[in-house]
Amino acid sequence: MALKILYFAGLRETLGKTSEYLALPERVGSVGQLHAHLAARGGAWQALATTKNLRMAVNQEMATPDTPLQDGDEVAFFPPVTGG
Amino acid sequence: MKISVQSEDFDLGAECAALARGRTDIGAVASFVGLVRDANDGTDISRMTLEHYPGMTEKSLAEIVEQARGRWEVIDATVIHRVGELKPGDNIVLVAVASAHRGDAFAACEFIMDYLKTRAPFWKKEETSEGGRWVDARESDDLAAEKWKD
Repeated sequence: MALKILYFAGLRETLGKTSEYLALPERVGSVGQLHAHLAARGGAWQALATTKNLRMAVNQEMATPDTPLQDGDEVAFFPPVTGG
Repeated sequence: MKISVQSEDFDLGAECAALARGRTDIGAVASFVGLVRDANDGTDISRMTLEHYPGMTEKSLAEIVEQARGRWEVIDATVIHRVGELKPGDNIVLVAVASAHRGDAFAACEFIMDYLKTRAPFWKKEETSEGGRWVDARESDDLAAEKWKD
């Protein structure tokens, strides 16, 4: 399965990455599993585990750790929103 | 319905007039404008950068307006949110709601703003004398959105 992953705001700065295309091992089938897979990269990527109230979206809809992933999905990780 | 995410400024009067133009069933237009303050949490702000998630932002704003339409008699609504670099005194956001009566217009306008603050993917970064800092989400904003739950 291959995904596009986006990062925003403070998380984007910490990771030094705006987006990436990633081929995933078969055991990664949900947003929560993807989150753990990325956080396990270590270093700056631990920010995924330590960001308070981290938000996740799949195909531009808010998601939960249980949300399933499909080939070609667009997944985004970001801190709580602060617009308005 | 008009939803716009843009770097350009907007004109409150022109947007409100556009909502009512050419129709006579609108009895009320309620609006809210959010501006950049020159201080936050006791620190002077010299500049602010608004980041967003293109695509999801517009979708999320349209969904929020649709929810308002489901709860109140909304004839039309406009939401404009600016992105990019802003300075103190600049406009950030405009919400204007047209309805037959003021009760629906006021409530829908406040609801859209409360939901925008807690659901639409925008992020503010402030420039202060000590450098840049990402604005933290406020619990008071979550509580404001909570009050609309049935």
